[in-house]
Amino acid sequence: MMQVAPDADRPVFRTRGLTKVYGGGDMAEVRALDGVDLDLPEGEMVVLLGPSGSGKSTLLNIIGGLDHATSGQAWFRDAELTAMTDRQLTRYRRDHVGFVFQFYNLVASLTARENVALVTDVAENPMDPDEALGLVGLSGRMDHFPAQMSGGEQQRVAIARAIAKRPGVLLCDEPTGALDSKTGTAVLAALEEVNNRFGTTTLVITHNAGIRKMAHRVIRFHDGRVAEIIENETRLPASEIVW
Amino acid sequence: MLHALDRKLVRDLWRLKAQVLAIALVLGCGVAIFLTSLGMVRALEATLEDYYSRQHFAQVFASARRAPMSVLRDVAAIDGVRAAEARVTGWVVLDLQRRAAPASGRVLSLPADGGVLNRPVLVDGRLPSPDANTEVAVTDRFARANGFRPGDRFAAIVDGTRQQWTITGTLRSPEFIYTLPPGGLMPDDEGFGIIWMPERAAAASFGMKGAFNDISLALRRDANTQRVIDRLDALLDEWGGTGAHDRETQVSHSFIQAELDQLRSMSAVLPPIFFGIAAFLVNMVLGRIVSLERAEIGLLKALGYRDWEIALHYLMMAALVAALGIGIGWSAGAWLSEGMSQLYARFFDFPWLVRPHDLDVYALAGLIGLASAALGALRAAWSAARLAPAVAMAPPAPPRFRKGRLDALAHALRLPQTAMMVLRGVLRWPVRAGFTTLGLSLGVAILVASNFMLSSLDEVVDIAFFQSNRQHASLILAQEAGLEAVTAARHLPGVMAVEPQFDLPVTLHNGARSKKLAITARLPGGDLARTLDIDGAPVPLPEQGILLSEQLARQLGLGVGDVVRVELSGIRDGTFSVPIAAITKQYIGLGAYMQLDALAAHLREAPRVTALNLWIDMGQLPELQARLKEMPMLSTVVMLTDMRDSFQQTISENVRITTVLFITISVLITVGVAYNGARIQLSERARELASLRILGFTQAEVSSILMGETALLALVAQPLGWAIGAWISWAMMTGFDSDLYRIPLVLTPASFAKASLVTLAAVAASALLVRRRLDRADLVAVLKTRE
Repeated sequence: MMQVAPDADRPVFRTRGLTKVYGGGDMAEVRALDGVDLDLPEGEMVVLLGPSGSGKSTLLNIIGGLDHATSGQAWFRDAELTAMTDRQLTRYRRDHVGFVFQFYNLVASLTARENVALVTDVAENPMDPDEALGLVGLSGRMDHFPAQMSGGEQQRVAIARAIAKRPGVLLCDEPTGALDSKTGTAVLAALEEVNNRFGTTTLVITHNAGIRKMAHRVIRFHDGRVAEIIENETRLPASEIVW
Repeated sequence: MLHALDRKLVRDLWRLKAQVLAIALVLGCGVAIFLTSLGMVRALEATLEDYYSRQHFAQVFASARRAPMSVLRDVAAIDGVRAAEARVTGWVVLDLQRRAAPASGRVLSLPADGGVLNRPVLVDGRLPSPDANTEVAVTDRFARANGFRPGDRFAAIVDGTRQQWTITGTLRSPEFIYTLPPGGLMPDDEGFGIIWMPERAAAASFGMKGAFNDISLALRRDANTQRVIDRLDALLDEWGGTGAHDRETQVSHSFIQAELDQLRSMSAVLPPIFFGIAAFLVNMVLGRIVSLERAEIGLLKALGYRDWEIALHYLMMAALVAALGIGIGWSAGAWLSEGMSQLYARFFDFPWLVRPHDLDVYALAGLIGLASAALGALRAAWSAARLAPAVAMAPPAPPRFRKGRLDALAHALRLPQTAMMVLRGVLRWPVRAGFTTLGLSLGVAILVASNFMLSSLDEVVDIAFFQSNRQHASLILAQEAGLEAVTAARHLPGVMAVEPQFDLPVTLHNGARSKKLAITARLPGGDLARTLDIDGAPVPLPEQGILLSEQLARQLGLGVGDVVRVELSGIRDGTFSVPIAAITKQYIGLGAYMQLDALAAHLREAPRVTALNLWIDMGQLPELQARLKEMPMLSTVVMLTDMRDSFQQTISENVRITTVLFITISVLITVGVAYNGARIQLSERARELASLRILGFTQAEVSSILMGETALLALVAQPLGWAIGAWISWAMMTGFDSDLYRIPLVLTPASFAKASLVTLAAVAASALLVRRRLDRADLVAVLKTRE
């Protein structure tokens, strides 16, 4: 396991001049990230806001170890992500990162419990799959297949799968994008529970400005740059968020 | 101008080119084999019919010791006989200048006008003139193999006297399309030839003035062949007739028929396998394309395309794949047919090859190919046509999985989740998994069957040449001799051991069943020519009693301890009964064996000899061969050492050709099934696999899921393929069962292992090709899209 212990005085993610350019050659060049400098403290819930193409997903992909930067640097604690090989990035994702996507990406042929076990089977110090599913309020649906569950339930299985290995960070790209308000709230409650209980740094990308009220910190993106950072004095519990 | 939908068609096919090619190759293989086997069957049949009828090939054949010409009239008068022709035939040892070893020849008398039946075709030169004493014509292949041209001379030892003969011309005959030397298993153009002599000279050489020892009959259309044969046997009995037979046991004809049977069964068995697999592959691939293109289908319908237009679009896709396959099959078939013709020209001697117009075979092969692709496309096209536009544009419901009985087992075994994914995938689409397994197992089965043919041939050669007939050479005497011939042979240069043999033509009876053959009698304790028991261990000749080969005992319905009645034929008369002491193993011909003294006692005469088996000091072979060329009393010299060598050389050449051919066929099937299966797996699982990568699974772990199902099915296919292969082998063995030869069912662990190794390697290669696509897949892009 990559030895990168948390340290309260040090940011969990740090980027310097992080730049990602798509295209080039005979195609139009798109600067998805344009020299981003950012420090994210341990244990916070951070909401990334911004219009489509503003760079928030690109940032998430790079610090989640899914994509390479064109230039600049990014660190996870003491480890420089921008210097890692694909193999090291796979290791990093396996040990430290939990992902939640808009489309739940569950394995259709595995039950809820088995989908979680997929991760706990290979993790170093995982939770019990039942415990992870209990945290997201799905204790009663553990033996159901994805096709037998609602969208909100499937997304909560995805969250349980993401947190079951006790990741250092939880990266969520539009986790409520495909859900209605009621089921969406249940998903947010699950994220909040994880953040509170384990102090897991949680980054949430959303178009939904309502969600920002539950964050410690809100970062607004525009044209590949950080346009604004707001620290919330008071936070709303997930249950009070409506849209 | 191409319609937009046609452009889509072309681009789709281009995008799927690897899969399209894999299917087209399987289909093409079916078309090619169908074309080649059926085309060759028709060419051979047409050639035979033409050749036989033009040259008046006889239908019934018989030989006698010496029958007066007056018998010919009685034979011609038999009801149903259209024509009868008597001949003189004899065996001679040949001394060819360019050849150290003595060669042998079979002399046939040639009527002045070329005769009525079995008329040879003149290839070069002229026929010997009817009055000439030393002019002969020889088989074209014999002449070419020895570098003879008309006008060349060679020496022959006829009935003990040396003669010089002049070749006036070279011939081919419908009687000798396939020629075996005495005691041989395959043609030997250099060491054995047919020699035609004018009637008068032949009669003089073999002491047959006013007599004949060989007769051929042509029958009327309505004749009862068996009745004619019985009548002929009765007429020839007092003149030493050894039993008449029809074309079925005429050596040349029966070998060609065996080849035809093989081609016919090939055209019946192999192409359906390929067409079936191609249909399955089209079904699988198109089914996946339609499910991926749901949204497009919905859109097209929303735009106003009719259902049948959509269905036609997918049927066209299959038709284009079929067209490619048919094109490949036609060219490969034409090439293979050419190769087969050349191969046949090496073993069979046809003066011409009738190639019937085979446009219809091409058309038929193409139609069947097209039909099988269309059949495979039907389900997908139908489901595309029936898709309602509103449903089509909504995402498909995720596949429904259920827990089954296997789950408890899998949990008990603590199978990892990735293994569960593989298992449930198989159970969710059992028909597809079943067909994939069947397809892969047929790849295995084809190799098992081809390996079987090779090991079986090995066993035949081993039993015939290394276990039973171990002598270096056999001298066949022109006439029966006493045991003093053994002493004489022992004094020949280089001869280290001599074992005498007496072949006596008889008819064996058991009730209504009977069989004509020769009893082979030898001295006890012989070490050169041996008899083997059923397990292949040497079995001594009994003091009393007879040994029968397995095949013969079965035909007569006799077993150990039963008594067989022996009826003498040829110059001897009478019958005796003898108990069966053991059953022997023998693949070539039928065999009955006794001790020389025991047989002589039954005949009430001193032991006689018709052949001498020799063990030779190879250092003195040239001296021995020189002496044999001069020796009287010999009708032929069989060099078993040469025969062994040439046989093994031919076999190893055939092994190479068949191995390459069948490995190609099997790999095409395996790759076609495995590659398409894995591609569809990848397409269906791309999303799951990408999410596993994001969860931190390594490329190797993710590929193992992709390959897991293919690997699982491939493993299940192995025992199934072995079983099917063993069954095909058994069917082949039963099919090749004739009095001339049969083949043993030899299935060694190595045959199975080799078949599995080849197919598993092909599966692994296909899976690796697909894995490369997986490695290049863009993880994020896959996950951000809705399925």
